[in-house]
Amino acid sequence: MKKNTKTTRVIPGFHLTLGITIAMLSLIVLIPLASVMVKSLQLSPAEFWRLITKKNVLYAFGTSIVCSFIAAVINLVFGLILAWTLVRYDFKGKRILDGFIELPFALPTAVAGITLSKLYSETGWFGKPLAALGIKVAYTHLGLIIALVFVGIPFVVRAVQPVLEKLDGQYEEAAYILGATPAQTFFKVILPELRPALLTGFGLAFARGIGEYGSVIYISGNSAKEHTQVISYVIMQKLNYIDYASATAIAFVMLVISFVILFLINIVQMRQSRRTNML
Amino acid sequence: MYVEMKNIYKQYGNFTASNNVSFGIEQGKLAALLGPSGSGKTTLLRMIAGLETPNSGDIYIDGQRVNDIPAAKRGIGFVFQSYALFRYMTVYDNVAFGLELQKMPKDQIRTRVMELLEITGLSGMEKRYPNQLSGGQRQRVAFARALAPRPHVLLLDEPFAAIDAKVRTELRLWLREVVTKLGITCIFVTHDQDEAVEVADQIIVTNHGEIEQVGTPFEIYKSPDTPFVAQFIGKPSVVEGYDALNGFDAIEGAKRAIIRPEFVKISRLGKLERFMSAAEEGIVEDVVFRGNHLDVTINIKGISVIGEWSLEKDTLEIGEKVNVLIYRLYIIDEQQNRTYLCENKEMQEEDIFYI
Amino acid sequence: MTEQEKLERQSKRTRMILIAVSVLFIFLMLVVPLAAIVVNSLKEGFGFYIQAITTEYVRNALKVTLIATIIAVVVNTFFGICAAWLLTKFSFKGKQVLATLIDIPFSISPVIVGLAFLMTFGRLGWTYPAIRAINQWLGTNFRIAFAIPGVVIATIFVTFPYVSREIIPVLNAQGKDEEEAAALMGAKGLKIFFKITFPQIKWALIYGIILCTSRALGEFGAVNALSKTRGETFTLPLEIDALYMSGTDVSITSAFAVSSILVIIAIIIMVVRNILEHRSNKKMEKGEA
Repeated sequence: MKKNTKTTRVIPGFHLTLGITIAMLSLIVLIPLASVMVKSLQLSPAEFWRLITKKNVLYAFGTSIVCSFIAAVINLVFGLILAWTLVRYDFKGKRILDGFIELPFALPTAVAGITLSKLYSETGWFGKPLAALGIKVAYTHLGLIIALVFVGIPFVVRAVQPVLEKLDGQYEEAAYILGATPAQTFFKVILPELRPALLTGFGLAFARGIGEYGSVIYISGNSAKEHTQVISYVIMQKLNYIDYASATAIAFVMLVISFVILFLINIVQMRQSRRTNML
Repeated sequence: MYVEMKNIYKQYGNFTASNNVSFGIEQGKLAALLGPSGSGKTTLLRMIAGLETPNSGDIYIDGQRVNDIPAAKRGIGFVFQSYALFRYMTVYDNVAFGLELQKMPKDQIRTRVMELLEITGLSGMEKRYPNQLSGGQRQRVAFARALAPRPHVLLLDEPFAAIDAKVRTELRLWLREVVTKLGITCIFVTHDQDEAVEVADQIIVTNHGEIEQVGTPFEIYKSPDTPFVAQFIGKPSVVEGYDALNGFDAIEGAKRAIIRPEFVKISRLGKLERFMSAAEEGIVEDVVFRGNHLDVTINIKGISVIGEWSLEKDTLEIGEKVNVLIYRLYIIDEQQNRTYLCENKEMQEEDIFYI
Repeated sequence: MTEQEKLERQSKRTRMILIAVSVLFIFLMLVVPLAAIVVNSLKEGFGFYIQAITTEYVRNALKVTLIATIIAVVVNTFFGICAAWLLTKFSFKGKQVLATLIDIPFSISPVIVGLAFLMTFGRLGWTYPAIRAINQWLGTNFRIAFAIPGVVIATIFVTFPYVSREIIPVLNAQGKDEEEAAALMGAKGLKIFFKITFPQIKWALIYGIILCTSRALGEFGAVNALSKTRGETFTLPLEIDALYMSGTDVSITSAFAVSSILVIIAIIIMVVRNILEHRSNKKMEKGEA
């Protein structure tokens, strides 16, 4: 029966924009990334394994992943609180507060990095009182986590805000009339609705954290002994030593991690849109 | 036939939107594609417009096969369900858009736009933006915009769906008047049978991607071809075991029948003047106020039948016994996909006997 | 106290706590750092500040930064519009995959971006023989890695999805009926775009361009891997890095002074976003589509 499977596109420009999009995407993004992949796959498996299981590399992976995860969890909690406050409550200065959320997106990472490093150093505004309490922040994992919280917070807030805005107040009222306490309403009714957005925000903050460079290298101290080197720093170090084999091998693993996270976020978002479409 | 679809077949993935559809519309006629949502009526309209391409089959406009002619060159005007007014253009610019594309001189555009705004009753609104208009006004701008380049065929997708009930009735009559006056061939999609019956010269009933029946509103109403049409048009009550009713015999293979309220005459017990032998005795089960009449559900030998009762008469009480005369019913044969109109046999016999 | 009153008091208390936590968080995590930049940059006085941001190195870095930013913004605006048109006006197989691929630069470490271009255009890259052959033939010494073209292309990469990501949701929300209606009347692509689509996406496009600009101005990791010559191929962030890493109090103050240029741009972005957000909220309240 099927003779003519050609579809009509009344709006012009399909082939043109398809061509331009794919050409530019390939040229600028896909081919360079493929180059890294191919280069790293030219290593023998044993060599590849040896390079990525060097002690300092493994520590750096551990540091990046663990610190990013902790920072993403902190961002999840505070991101939810911030989004809730900014959407649900009206108070003076709310709009300015809302504007500040954008700061980590707008501020160059290197600027953020030197600023945080300065603030938390032993002579800095925060570093001094904290040092008096015996807490050392700069050049420790704690400093690293703070920097990652800084760069990651807008991801969670901006993912949750629109969903919370759309969440109908009647929803909560319905739960309230049925006799739910505010806590029950929040955990049983609202939180499940926000879960996809929270997961997306968490994933984005986590992914960004693992690859973060500019904002963390100043505050982390980059000490191999203290395990405060992040994985991006190690790649940069290898590049400076012209050790391209190690750099590409590490980059390969990072790319795989990035793609997995991106893929998971996509699944979450697709599920969400499918569910809302059914409503 | 001015617009003609021949053996149209259209599939989206596993979903068959049009299955071997053929129909035609004469020049100057107002046709309605009527069917429930998901029956493929909008797809048909979009294929005529050139917004979709059939997988197979031919589309003709004015004797010319238009399958390979782009939408813009088919000489059609299209009114979208959402109107698709250009929200960043004024009413004037919206209506003038198609004319500017035809490179019409400015002063002629002005005359034509003003003329259309006059016809659509929108004079004085030309400087407004779509979001400053009411639903009915937007609909008329969309209509004026579609008509401006003098199309030969006007296509409307659910033109009244987004308008509130009262304005809708006015717009229906207005549309019919304008289209008839202009003599343009017009096809519109609707799921509302009242709308189709009131506006169209010809109704094409669609269901599951197939055409159930094509005919004038009267034909569709009076002699539904298929069980689907019989159940879709009017206010049908479906009854099983209809042969238990006085005056009707069973047709083999057909288990169910359809009775419309207008086929039923309800009288107070013993007040029926004629055809006593053709009538039934029933008990009032339910009475529902419908604004200008009452809908009365009557149980006859376990079969529920709905009839109307005038507000002028004393109200019937639930549980009251009444006489019911059923003039006719449609017996539907789902296996054969046919319907049979059956008149009350007893009434005919009585006629013969007395006259 | 009735149960109703109890509940109301509870919810008021929750409200107070949450607002306090939010204000405190934003103040400590975001406001103070911003203030710290300003304070640190003016530590040695205003005269020093002016001097610090007008050195030869800074002027050159500003030039390189602006070149890279302008090219990246132009390229990505063009790409963003094409990609958004493709992804919102048509349905085709692999659309979801394409959309995901476009977003890749968001989730990739900038250092890997730098590495990727080194592996493509550097001495070990697979295009290097071709570049060398062309240079020999033309008698030039054109380079991509460790030169301005490399900085430019890395900047394009990291800002690649910014414009498209801002306009795609707007176009999706507006649907494609209007474009279809115009096409039905015989309008051509450019006419449809400029008359019908462009007014709808104007603000989103401006915001996307601003975001793209900010990210381009501030890119550090990718450029760091591809640019090694201070005073020639250094961008502002690299210059800031160099000043900060010198480690003297004076050079650190200079680093903050140079940073303040970029901070001004960051503040503009925050304000514009706020205004746009407010606009769209007001529109929604008025019930406009």
